[in-house]
Amino acid sequence: MLNARDILETITMIQDENLDVRTITMGISLLDCCHSDSDTMCQKVYDKITRYAKNLVATGEQIEKELGIPIINKRISVTPAAMILASADDKDAVKLAKTLDKAAKTCGVNFLGGFSALVHKGFGPGDKELIEAIPEALASTDFLCSSVNIGSTKTGINMDAVGLMGKVVRKAAELTADKGCIGPAKLVVFCNAPEDNPFMAGAFHGAGEPDCVINVGVSGPGVVRAALAKASDTMDLTKVADLIKKTAFKITRMGQLVAAEASERLGVPFGIVDLSLAPTPAVGDSVAHILEEMGLEVCGCHGTTAALALLNDAVKKGGVMASSHVGGLSGAFIPVTEDAGMIDAARCGALTINKLEAMTAVCSVGLDMINIPGDTPADVIAAIIADEAAIGMVNSKTTAVRVIPAVGKKVGEELDFGGLLGGGPVMPLSTYSPSKFIARGGRIPAPMQSLKN
Amino acid sequence: MRAVITVIGKDMVGILAKVSVKCAENNINVLEVTQSILQDMFAMIMMVDISKASVPFTDFAENLEKMGKEMNLSIHAMHEDIFNAMHTI
Repeated sequence: MLNARDILETITMIQDENLDVRTITMGISLLDCCHSDSDTMCQKVYDKITRYAKNLVATGEQIEKELGIPIINKRISVTPAAMILASADDKDAVKLAKTLDKAAKTCGVNFLGGFSALVHKGFGPGDKELIEAIPEALASTDFLCSSVNIGSTKTGINMDAVGLMGKVVRKAAELTADKGCIGPAKLVVFCNAPEDNPFMAGAFHGAGEPDCVINVGVSGPGVVRAALAKASDTMDLTKVADLIKKTAFKITRMGQLVAAEASERLGVPFGIVDLSLAPTPAVGDSVAHILEEMGLEVCGCHGTTAALALLNDAVKKGGVMASSHVGGLSGAFIPVTEDAGMIDAARCGALTINKLEAMTAVCSVGLDMINIPGDTPADVIAAIIADEAAIGMVNSKTTAVRVIPAVGKKVGEELDFGGLLGGGPVMPLSTYSPSKFIARGGRIPAPMQSLKN
Repeated sequence: MRAVITVIGKDMVGILAKVSVKCAENNINVLEVTQSILQDMFAMIMMVDISKASVPFTDFAENLEKMGKEMNLSIHAMHEDIFNAMHTI
């Protein structure tokens, strides 16, 4: 039997602490849409997405009302577009991008991910064409998200792709300069990209996935912070970890319930629950504030990496028993412009890119949503990507880079995107040049850790 | 199928009556009620059976929430599953 305290706890989590299901993402395979004529291919893509996802938004809203849990986003991820682009004779990537965007709009979702290429070992047919088209594709669409996997623990890092991505990120910002440089905010460069991630901008539907699948991403930084705030200031860290585990368990159970409901109602298999603490710019929905609640004066001070490591691990341990299948990124996100506490910490100078890089070694993703000076050269961006990829490759974890060159802006000036993407100050980078290193190209060999067989 | 109705706000005459009437109007049976008053704050939790409800549950929940706003109370009707999922193993 339910007791009153438990019921009121759930109500408080939803009403006051921003507990929500962040996203229901439908993964759709487009492998059967390949065709040598790009018009036919695009028509097949549009038809398949709109047929499979036609009830996604309505079903999500229905579950939201019945269970009383906010489900913030309904989204779609598709097979990395480069794979199907390879089949078209003209390799017109922008046409495919516009088709995907149109399908997203018809379905009523707010993002569609999968304008992607997996080039961790080299470029296959369609890969280069797609990557080179990313800036234009992002500038000429509204809801399309793009990602490129340039390295993995098993294969090493494709430095030719890293160099190319430095240029692509810059160009994506330049082409969208009149729209607040929104282009690169929808572009993620991965090492060890997960194939079932429901979170944007890095979601895509991997080649090993079934035809169609439902993945759910939970959230709830506010709930974890509130649980810590209610506990004593002198509680030792073992108990802090336990408290976070218990809270993560409850959050994940809710995600699992929503995932099971959505999968049943849509008649689509359930894939995974992604146990992530995903912040939003809203007050009370910040990962940085959890770290500060643990006892740091401000996020970014010494001790931040240790606190984040504890948090990331406890979230996974708590969540893993609550769900039948856990996947995606699972952990704590640290996107600077999307987190009220991180924005404040970056503004006051406590949080620097160097500290963020260290934090990415222990969190679930990487350098995420960071505004960098508008005059940053492409090879510096490539070097940032290479550093992040190296951390991911050596530690057998996902790392990613989503930096936004703020065209025309200098360190300290603000760049705002609005909505869930937030906004924040332009952060300083090292001004010394890595250009010779990046120009070498080639592949960084896979580390010893890859030889597990 | 059961649901949980929670009412939180400043205590006043007739809260229980008004919520019960709403349930009765929609053929929703009240199974259990617990309520407590801490200082002036009123918290009531009702377990109800919605399997024979004459309106869709989502409409009922919306109506209750609206009624709550008029009375300056926070009223939520949520499916029992969510609480079971979060608080029982």
